[in-house]
Amino acid sequence: MTVLTLAIDGESLAVPDGTTLLQACRQRGVPLPTLCHLDGLQPVGACRLCLLELEGAARLVPACLTPVAEGMVVRSDTAQLRAFRRLTVELLFAEGNHVCAVCVANGACELQDAAVAVGLDHGRLAQQWPARAVDASHPRFGLDHNRCILCTRCVRACDQLEGAHVWDVANRGSHCQIIAGLDQPWGSVEACTSCGHCVDACPTGALFDKQETCTERQARPQRAAALRQARDHGRWHNQGVVP
Amino acid sequence: MARIRCCTASSCRAAGGQALLQALEQARRDQGLAPGALPIKAVGCLRLCARGPLVALDAAAHGGSQRLYGAVPPDRAPELVQLALEGHAAGDGSSLAAHGIDAEHPFFALQQPVVLEALGLVDPESLDDALAQGTYSQLQRCRADGQPAQLRACIRRSGLRGRGGAGYPTGLKWDTVALQPPGPRLVVCNADEGDPGAFMDRAVLEGDPHRLLEGLAIAAFAVGAQLGYIYLRAEYPLAIARLRLALQQLRQRGLLDGLDLQLRVGAGAYVCGEETALLASIAGGRGTPRQRPPYPAQQGLFGCPTLINNVETLAAVPAILRRGADWYAALGTGNSRGTKVFSLSGALPHTGLVEVPMGTSLRTVVETMGGASGVKAVQTGGPAGGCIPAALLDVPIAYETLADLGSMLGSGGMVVLPEGLPMPQLARYFMRFCASESCGKCVPCRAGTVQLEQLLGRFCEGQGTADDLQQLEQLCHMVQATSLCGLGQGAPNPVLGALRHFRHEFEQHRLEADGAGSAP
Repeated sequence: MTVLTLAIDGESLAVPDGTTLLQACRQRGVPLPTLCHLDGLQPVGACRLCLLELEGAARLVPACLTPVAEGMVVRSDTAQLRAFRRLTVELLFAEGNHVCAVCVANGACELQDAAVAVGLDHGRLAQQWPARAVDASHPRFGLDHNRCILCTRCVRACDQLEGAHVWDVANRGSHCQIIAGLDQPWGSVEACTSCGHCVDACPTGALFDKQETCTERQARPQRAAALRQARDHGRWHNQGVVP
Repeated sequence: MARIRCCTASSCRAAGGQALLQALEQARRDQGLAPGALPIKAVGCLRLCARGPLVALDAAAHGGSQRLYGAVPPDRAPELVQLALEGHAAGDGSSLAAHGIDAEHPFFALQQPVVLEALGLVDPESLDDALAQGTYSQLQRCRADGQPAQLRACIRRSGLRGRGGAGYPTGLKWDTVALQPPGPRLVVCNADEGDPGAFMDRAVLEGDPHRLLEGLAIAAFAVGAQLGYIYLRAEYPLAIARLRLALQQLRQRGLLDGLDLQLRVGAGAYVCGEETALLASIAGGRGTPRQRPPYPAQQGLFGCPTLINNVETLAAVPAILRRGADWYAALGTGNSRGTKVFSLSGALPHTGLVEVPMGTSLRTVVETMGGASGVKAVQTGGPAGGCIPAALLDVPIAYETLADLGSMLGSGGMVVLPEGLPMPQLARYFMRFCASESCGKCVPCRAGTVQLEQLLGRFCEGQGTADDLQQLEQLCHMVQATSLCGLGQGAPNPVLGALRHFRHEFEQHRLEADGAGSAP
């Protein structure tokens, strides 16, 4: 196995070939916020929170999609990056209808965590307060578009883990929204197996289990990776391999 | 023999070109003439769209001189036929004089047609006519020579760069695709022209489709591709029809020689002009871009190395091969060689299509050729470009020079802005365009353009404060630096360009707003 060396924020480390910059940062304990990334799903580089400064590159690079190359020198914590990250999270809060006080995910929300991580304690951008709907047609789960940040983790979880591809994105720009089936009520989409992977993958309270109240809600972002690993190696929990 | 050429491209059609064509044919019948006695040819764009519908009379006598008439109503067709028959000896004492267009005007005289050399001469619906003009002769030569490496070297030496806007060296791109590890390769023609004010590629697609197909087939040969796609926007129905016909003619005649060329029609998304979104759309997915690298040249359509070139780039190839790389490289300036097609629109009398050597000054194109006066600025590069103020119009047109001024050469749209146009409004127009065309995949572009549009609205209404201006600039830099693809990265350019050259218009509002509350 080839080993590559790189420097993150002035500290050198060695990683196996095929490691992404995000994995290297995590290994080094660099606190890099992410929202669209979920271990176990293919990365898309959409939230732009994990952008890094890479020496010699004209543009910022997304850590989740950039494989480590020998001798890379990256910076994760510059004034510019901090400002961009804060603004990115602020844009997300201004774009949707995020009211933590009445959200089932309050306290178990990655958007909330990201806001804390980037130091977002107030916003200056114009709140859009878009008119968005709630889909409660599924017997077990609900979809509250108000809380959706369009990270597409549900889309990828359904497609890549369950193989059902119930979810997709419709429309453009600020009119984008997650749709079930061919833009049908979720409960009427026969392809849905009610596996709940999408709910586990959701970083906010947009997808939720109807039986869970706020204090019961648990984030389960590790499930996608566990499933991926189990599938790839053909070994399951009850076989004592996957944690 | 005398001949009439009648423009049947989109803008002349919109001005009544089809009715004029039919009236001309009727007038010929009324004269009792066989079609062969006075050919009436439906051709592509005759350049000066402002005066459509355009008709050219080619005289048999007088050294084959040609005369151009514009804005001719169908009921004047008999006079045109008469004039064509009599030659120009009759002079222009006729009542058609008012419709005459001076073919010696700089608008025509300063053009150097390379990409457009057969446009307006060739019948876009006839393969035989294209063959008679020499189309496909270079393709056949390339195949007979069997030297793709030499062919690529020739394109490299010509200095041709991507005409879609990015300006990547074409020969280098061809090499990159050709030299990938063994396996299938694909070629794609990006015909998803969508910048506001850009209609260069439409003219080629509608007026000389076989030239484009020859260029595409040569590119396929150069990189070893057996399969090619043309991705064409749905908003160009005439171009779609002409290209379909041209492909069908090629297949029937067996000229493709094993190469499979397919037409794919877009569904109305501007972002599909971005190469990775375009490939996703061809592959049947949602047209959203993805992070590069890997570049399509390494890993493109269906995972294969894929060459993507713009219409104008490919249409320049046959002429370069015929006349030689050195001839082409001798045109132009600095790192921008050859010619560039521009579509002129906006506040000027001569809207239409011009092809000039790189290095021609913007003033020459806009004022001398376009006849513009009272220009405030010229917008180039579409929604990712910017404005060149009137005082700087002497800049020679090239990739680098326009970028240095905070704009870009772009695909070739050139919109002339009149004095008195408020720049915040123009900036908001382009930001609104980007916000509604954003695919919504990445946060800065999806949500940032919306905020920018609203901020610009405050300046349009004279409400912009110092804080707003600071936030505007901050957000512009953030969207530019962090967006995933060129659409988002380029979206703030018109704002930053306007702030660079017309900052006072943003501060004017601010002062007025501030001043209202602090009157002495």
